[in-house]
Amino acid sequence: MDCCESRMLGPTRRSLLLSGAAFAAWAYLPKFARAADARDPRLIVVILRGALDGLATVAPLGDPDYAGLHGSIALAKDGPNAAIALDSFFGMHPAMPEFARMYGDKKAAVVHAVATSYRERSHFDGQDVLESGYAGPGRVQSGWLNRAIEALPRGERVSSGLAIGPTTPLVLRGAAPTVGWAPVNLPNAADDTAMRLMQLYQDRDPALATALSQGLKLDKIAVGDEMKPKGGGNAVAAMRQVARGAAKLMAADDGPRIAALAFDGWDTHAQEGGPVGRLAQLLGGLDGALAEFESGLGPHWRDTVVVVATEFGRTAKINGTAGTDHGTGTIALLAGGAIKGGRVIADWPGLANGKLYESRDLAPTTDLRAIFKGVLHDHLGISERALAEQVFPDSALVKPAKGLVG
Amino acid sequence: MARDPQGALIALNRFGFGARGGASGDIVNAASDPRGFVKAELARPNAALLELPGLQSTTELGQAMFAYQLEVKTAREAALKTPGLVPVEAPPAAMDRKPEAPAMTGNTTMTVQPDAPKPPPAVALPPNVVQKTYRAEALARIQRATITEGGFVERLVVFWSNHFCISASKGDPARMWAGSFEREAIRPYVLGKFADMLKAVEQHPAMLFFLDNQQSIGPNSKAGERGKRGLNENLAREIMELHTLGVGGGYTQADVTSLARIITGWTFAGREGKIGTPGSFAFNANAHEPGPQQLLGKTYDDTGVAQGEAALADLARHPSAATFIARKFAQHFVADAPPPALLARLEGVFKKTDGDLKALALALLDSSEAWQMPMAKLRTPYEYLISTGRLLARIPEDPGRYFAGLQTLGQPLWTPPGPNGFPDGNAAWAVPEGMKLRLDLAAQVSSRIPDSIDPREMLDVVAGEAASSETRQTIARAETRQQALTLLLMSPEFQRR
Repeated sequence: MDCCESRMLGPTRRSLLLSGAAFAAWAYLPKFARAADARDPRLIVVILRGALDGLATVAPLGDPDYAGLHGSIALAKDGPNAAIALDSFFGMHPAMPEFARMYGDKKAAVVHAVATSYRERSHFDGQDVLESGYAGPGRVQSGWLNRAIEALPRGERVSSGLAIGPTTPLVLRGAAPTVGWAPVNLPNAADDTAMRLMQLYQDRDPALATALSQGLKLDKIAVGDEMKPKGGGNAVAAMRQVARGAAKLMAADDGPRIAALAFDGWDTHAQEGGPVGRLAQLLGGLDGALAEFESGLGPHWRDTVVVVATEFGRTAKINGTAGTDHGTGTIALLAGGAIKGGRVIADWPGLANGKLYESRDLAPTTDLRAIFKGVLHDHLGISERALAEQVFPDSALVKPAKGLVG
Repeated sequence: MARDPQGALIALNRFGFGARGGASGDIVNAASDPRGFVKAELARPNAALLELPGLQSTTELGQAMFAYQLEVKTAREAALKTPGLVPVEAPPAAMDRKPEAPAMTGNTTMTVQPDAPKPPPAVALPPNVVQKTYRAEALARIQRATITEGGFVERLVVFWSNHFCISASKGDPARMWAGSFEREAIRPYVLGKFADMLKAVEQHPAMLFFLDNQQSIGPNSKAGERGKRGLNENLAREIMELHTLGVGGGYTQADVTSLARIITGWTFAGREGKIGTPGSFAFNANAHEPGPQQLLGKTYDDTGVAQGEAALADLARHPSAATFIARKFAQHFVADAPPPALLARLEGVFKKTDGDLKALALALLDSSEAWQMPMAKLRTPYEYLISTGRLLARIPEDPGRYFAGLQTLGQPLWTPPGPNGFPDGNAAWAVPEGMKLRLDLAAQVSSRIPDSIDPREMLDVVAGEAASSETRQTIARAETRQQALTLLLMSPEFQRR
């Protein structure tokens, strides 16, 4: 247990991240995983909780109003720590060279000026909309990814899965069974003790019996030194480590194919930092996590999609404390061998005064659900009807984005 | 008087931290009059206060922290100026050392190898006063929860502390003040007025730091006109969304910005004490946005710090606050989906008494629902660890194991993932990985118990006659005492409340 203690006492951001990171997976293989066409797609949804500053991550360098609005933390085309050019208009944050490389290889794409249907600015409601897939908050206790899974033909049970942090993110909660695993250095209770407890729960407390039996199964499988947390390191290392463990389990033949991961800590109200600083550090961690997925999934990366999304964006203009307050439009990132990448997908609204949403935020021009639906349709073959009715209820008007995968 | 074993279980677990082991007689005492058992705690004067020698005020702690930060800076600068000098953190004071660490004994011999390179000369950094304070505050809180009779008052403290949470991971000041914030802004009011707690919280240096208000500057204030900084709406938003009205409680973005302007200047005095005693709340008139502000349809004239105090007083009295608080309170103690009649009653009491939190607690205890709803909620990790310590009658002398256990189970002390605090419901805690880790932790705790402990007797301490025959049998048939205790700690009687 000493490892945990030293983690907690470490530098502040690290403990926040570790306490906030969560990873969970569907407990079954999709039936088509071994079908004749040899496609065996994997999907990983990464939720960034706290509202990512999209304008700081993929900067519209070509927009004449950007530099003025983002002020002291704006990225620049040239000079030390310059943004990495994605095209003639957008520049990638210099803390994300791996993503930029994937983008160059056409295996990653950016969606800009995107938002869920939520237009208020509460994190918790925003996350609820993002993860539940409903048009408003507080409607349901299940997530869109879970309901998407329910539309898939269920094959065999996976024998591996993993969760960082003892909770399942909402996006994957619901009727379809999920599994999780947490990398902590705590010796396992004896099998015999666990069996006796299972018997007691089956007699007295069926809900706990279900939860415990899933927890026990998972832990048996998730072995391997590299998945144990190591002392030391920093935010970047912690995020990489989560992804490395997840990729290892997902790479197995009988490993989970569909999973969700959440990272906390993106709520940069003060001293957000520009090319270096607080946000840069977090983005470096995210970049490292994507690279870990790429290397850990090995040959399966070819058939993988990673979607990175956040509940909303941040104000276009920096606030009085060199940070940004809660906003609206932001970015989503797509990475993986299955992505038709090398492009920024955006109907750019512009940052001029009259163009901002409520005179303060990047106006959203793309519905995030269209992106999720496009991926689910093209990558997993979920029908447009199921997407419009069960997965994202009442979203028939939001058509799946075409050509994201292929 | 008739005995009520099921009522005793509810009194101790739903409202408290579980029965204490040893000769406490908690379960027997509670069974004779469950409601009276819990209410008795509320009658004790100053039951919630935590005042111990060695626990200092926020102001004193702030000054110690400023001094420490300055010393570290000076030492580092000195080291930089002297080539080859390496800053080394001072060895921890005795209380910081883990008890498990092997003690240095007289048998240890130091051998000196003549050829070995000499370590570089070191300049000593001062001992880390922030970490030392954090551990001392945590220990005081854990010890109090472990020894207190039933624990209802301590549970109220934990509830309100989570409602108005800060996170120690924000930085040195938050870690340094995590304990004193709770002692000064939460504890004095858990049986007092909501409005008073609200004011104490929002003017506490820890909260002002956690939600960035110490950096927020009115754009038209003196500081705003000459300086580079401006408004930061973080605290203002969370005051309405998380502390008082709740999301959907009837405020707009314009209200958020307005409240942010109203509370500009609310800060704490720094080391140099330019605006007040270092480490204390201060109103910096130079940073305060001048002029009247509109909030929720009402105009607040610029009366300096009183402008924000008036706004807070109105927010505390807003009908949405009564609804929001009543629901959160009932959800925490009674059920994830509380009965509407109970909600209506609590909301009514909150309104009628102008947010009297003792009246709210009594209304909860006097309700029939609180004693009739099934014990379906899972204990939080903190409740689980504290209850375990109470049952084993182990008063910790070091918080290290608790830190580790709480971190492992996903509820690190005073370090929630966001300003909305830790989740409060089975969806968050009764999950596969969490249950598995609880079991591993129970097994680890049990592996350390002496053979003099009899888990069958302990089940009587925990649940008395309310224990199910299945649990009784499972424990009686266990292979070892250690296994039996593990099963007891994981039994529905111990986990559910």
